[in-house]
Amino acid sequence: MAEMVSLTIDGLKIHAPAGTTILEAATDANIYIPHLCSNEELAPYGACRLCMVEITQGERARLVASCIFEVADGLEVKTNTERVLNVRRLVIELLLARNNKHPALRKIADELGVKETRFPIEQKGCILCGQCVRTCREVVGVSAIGFSGRGITRKVATPFMESPPDCIACGSCVYVCPVQFIPMKEENGVRTIMKYDYPMQKCRKCGQYFAPKKQLEYFSKITNLPLEHFETCVDCR
Amino acid sequence: MKTRVKKIIDKYHNDKGFLVPILQDVQKEYNYLNREALNLVSAFLEVPISQLYELGTFYKAFSLKPRGRHEMKLCTGTACHVRGVPLMKDNIERILQIQAGETTPDLEFTFETVNCLGACALGPILVVDGEYHGNLSISKTNRILKKLGKKVKIDEES
Amino acid sequence: MKKVKTAQELKSLQEEIKNSRDPEKPCITICAGTGCLTYGSQKLVDNFRSEIEKQNLKGKVEVRASGCHGFCERGPLVVINPQNIFYQRVGLDDAEEIIKETVLNGQIIDRLLYVDPVTQEKILHEDEIPFYKRQMRLVFGMNGNIDPNSLEDYLAIGGYNALIKVLNGMEPEAIIEEIKTAGLRGRGGGGFSMGLKWEATRKAPGLPKYIICNADEGDPGAYMDRSLLEGNPYSILEGMLIGAYAIGSDTGYIYVRNEYPLAVKNITIAVEKARELGILGKDILGSGFDFDVLIVRGGGAFVCGEETALIASIEGRSGEPRAKYVFPSERGLYNKPTNINNVETWANVPLIINKGAEWYRSIGTENSKGTKIFALVGKINNTGLVEVPMGITLREIVYDIGGGIPKGRKFKAVQVGGPSGGCIPESHLDLQVDFDALSKVGSMMGSGGMIVMDDRTCMVDVALYFLKFLEEESCGKCTPCREGVHQMRLILERITEGNGKEEDLKTIEWMGKAIIDGSLCGLGGTAPNPVLSTLRYFRDEYEAHIKEKRCPAGVCKALITYTIDPELCTGCMVCAKICPVEAATGEKKEVHTIDQDKCIKCGACFESCKFDAVKVS
Ligand SMILES: Cc1cc2nc3c(=O)[nH]c(=O)nc-3n(C[C@H](O)[C@H](O)[C@H](O)COP(=O)(O)O)c2cc1C
Ligand code: SF4
Ligand code: FES
Repeated sequence: MAEMVSLTIDGLKIHAPAGTTILEAATDANIYIPHLCSNEELAPYGACRLCMVEITQGERARLVASCIFEVADGLEVKTNTERVLNVRRLVIELLLARNNKHPALRKIADELGVKETRFPIEQKGCILCGQCVRTCREVVGVSAIGFSGRGITRKVATPFMESPPDCIACGSCVYVCPVQFIPMKEENGVRTIMKYDYPMQKCRKCGQYFAPKKQLEYFSKITNLPLEHFETCVDCR
Repeated sequence: MKTRVKKIIDKYHNDKGFLVPILQDVQKEYNYLNREALNLVSAFLEVPISQLYELGTFYKAFSLKPRGRHEMKLCTGTACHVRGVPLMKDNIERILQIQAGETTPDLEFTFETVNCLGACALGPILVVDGEYHGNLSISKTNRILKKLGKKVKIDEES
Repeated sequence: MKKVKTAQELKSLQEEIKNSRDPEKPCITICAGTGCLTYGSQKLVDNFRSEIEKQNLKGKVEVRASGCHGFCERGPLVVINPQNIFYQRVGLDDAEEIIKETVLNGQIIDRLLYVDPVTQEKILHEDEIPFYKRQMRLVFGMNGNIDPNSLEDYLAIGGYNALIKVLNGMEPEAIIEEIKTAGLRGRGGGGFSMGLKWEATRKAPGLPKYIICNADEGDPGAYMDRSLLEGNPYSILEGMLIGAYAIGSDTGYIYVRNEYPLAVKNITIAVEKARELGILGKDILGSGFDFDVLIVRGGGAFVCGEETALIASIEGRSGEPRAKYVFPSERGLYNKPTNINNVETWANVPLIINKGAEWYRSIGTENSKGTKIFALVGKINNTGLVEVPMGITLREIVYDIGGGIPKGRKFKAVQVGGPSGGCIPESHLDLQVDFDALSKVGSMMGSGGMIVMDDRTCMVDVALYFLKFLEEESCGKCTPCREGVHQMRLILERITEGNGKEEDLKTIEWMGKAIIDGSLCGLGGTAPNPVLSTLRYFRDEYEAHIKEKRCPAGVCKALITYTIDPELCTGCMVCAKICPVEAATGEKKEVHTIDQDKCIKCGACFESCKFDAVKVS
């Protein structure tokens, strides 16, 4: 059992295991903090800056990303000060300039009383939360996609902007994207992610397409089991 | 190519920690980050190619495209800026018909801007193929380009 | 060189070198820092050498190529010792004459002396020149006395005395205490106490421990770190050795900007020579202390100067910072305790150990001790590197050392601290420069870039310049910095193009605060400073751009026109010849005109007119 610490969030006294983040502790206590880039499956990252909160430790008040900052005894957290709200409003307006359509973003904007962004709409779609890239690297373990460029030219990219050689077509990036930016479809035994095609495997028993061939090859490689083992779908196995 | 890339990697004892220096050496060897070489580095060091692509596009020192025969670097440090370097930048861009950061289609010139070269007393500064030209003016950029074989309108008197 | 095995042996070697040198032997020192090299000083060094051969003076006259002396404006610089005669703007062919006249006959060559622009007096010695006289060159001053590739030279001026002292029985805790007492604060920007940082790293659990010298120097207007690395690499190594010993680290990294080829070369040679001598490696001077240094070239990214991004870069990733809620002193390089300090900070360490914390404390102000090197550049007569005690006023730096503004123009502002810093107006010229005073007026010590601006500098343009720089250098990880700086740049660009709106200024101020509060690392966390500080002191200039569509300094292209004053035009045809688009035209000996429809505002005519007939408005 982890040691428990006590802190206050918006005046409410809370106990949480040491090592949890403010965001986790708040969520457990039913206190809502908007967030876009954090994901429990992934290592703390802190990029979108929506989850900023104001903390006081001793004398000084400062803003921290609640999805990274860990709880500590005697910590005072405020999730809704004017300073915090100003950062959030700026962040959401900036993100709306990249994507002013998606309901997830519109919802957060509404909560913050932001009707429209004052910045020119660039409609890039992707909000660069990085969940796809990090999932591919940290959870799937293949690092087929990454970022390219830096600053405002940063993009989620496949190597050389071409069909990614290491991709196993698992589709995790698609599921994890908060704004559904990465399209995926399956038709006639072919899965298409972005614009790249991946043939599917037919189940040896029931004859249904059930998984991309490259994914099964990958399973076979990491488990050291023969490929045939994976060529039957889970239902028939 | 395999042995050449291997030699570079061996120099750094196969250490992934030296990825950036390794890529710098690869770039030096091939004048840019050539794709085949990157694939070899990826295979030798077991680093995903996406990571190499990321590095290649993140750092300014790297280029994924072949570079020109002549390398022109214009200092756009603060001191050079206040001494009027933007005008010279425009001038060079106009003559070469490329934007800073690009290479002419004939692979003759690569024109780039760099941050402070640390010779502010002589600003504005243009480095052409490693040679420093200080106290730059528009007419001086014209003369330099003309010497390198570019057709430019030049005021003979200045 | 033979390996030395004990501190005693090193001390004797030092004595031996000192005794073998005749202080009366003539020595010609030529500055071969990057500035002077640009003037061609390498050629000058060669000329001196071959001249010495020719006149059979080999062994009788010493020729030394040293690092930067700081007075880059007047290069190439040559100093003749033992008389300490200072020659400036030395021509490449002057070598023969200098040897014949000055070195052999003791005659002064008048035309090479520095002339005080105020008194018109000729000045003979380096230390009497106003530019140097008001400085306190504790860290930087040694540059002129050594050949950076010669470990013997460094030993001859007492180099490695601090290391000997430390290994001869100073406990690590005592060293840390000494640095803490001295009050040395980081010169890389943050101004954090070096001693406290060492202590934290020493106490942090986990082995190995790393130390890093941050030589990424990304500020686009500063080059003191480069000049130290180029001119006196051994002092940095000595500082690192002492730090490593105190912290308990056996591996150090020097992360050098790739655009500094000479610095990379000189520090690499220094490390190799130190290894040969046995000052780096295993069981250094028989003390049981192991330490070695690796040199890593940066990839060209300003953000890699930020400690966590620098660490990511050394680990072979792109330079993305991470939140510093846990400091690198706990979890840094490869998740091990890591101490990062700036080049100049490291170079201060041997001084403190040699002369003591009390001596060091006597220099500077209440909370900022010692000296700081500034890169004094821009619209200033004496461009160069200046080392001054903390607490000196800006006025002294700009006027007494810097010699004021060229062409007698009016001082407008000085930008201190680079892209994270701010512009300071004339009303604050008597500010006593130190960490806290600069922050108070909305600027920052930063890396020590000091860019002087006159009435022909547009403050909106300067702010836009820094924003563009930061937009390009933002790593792109967090939203406020990546998107916010970009959007702010677009707004400023609109203003300089004459399309600003009244509410823009309010938007900028609101954004600025939120970007500072919301950004992940120090880059975004300080990015709005250049904009906010110019807005604070030069709001009227912003307003002129927005309301009157006018650029008071005559810089912003969209808001200016070039015209020819018929009174002054002599019809010399220079402008017509130089104009790239044939907008300036006219017959010989007749008044020329500029066709505004064709003009692309390149400024070529303005620059080339010898009669000041081309006007900007
Ligand atoms: C964007 C950014 C760039 C930086 N660049 C440098 C740099 O070029 N050199 C440097 O020494 N410190 C730089 N720093 C400061 C370092 O993060 C760090 O504070 C410093 O190296 C610590 O050394 P010091 O305590 O000796 O100053 C930078 C910080 C930020 C946020
Ligand atoms: S503040 Fe800028 S440089 Fe720093 S992490 Fe955020 S995007 Fe990257
Ligand atoms: S959720 Fe914390 S920064 Fe994005």
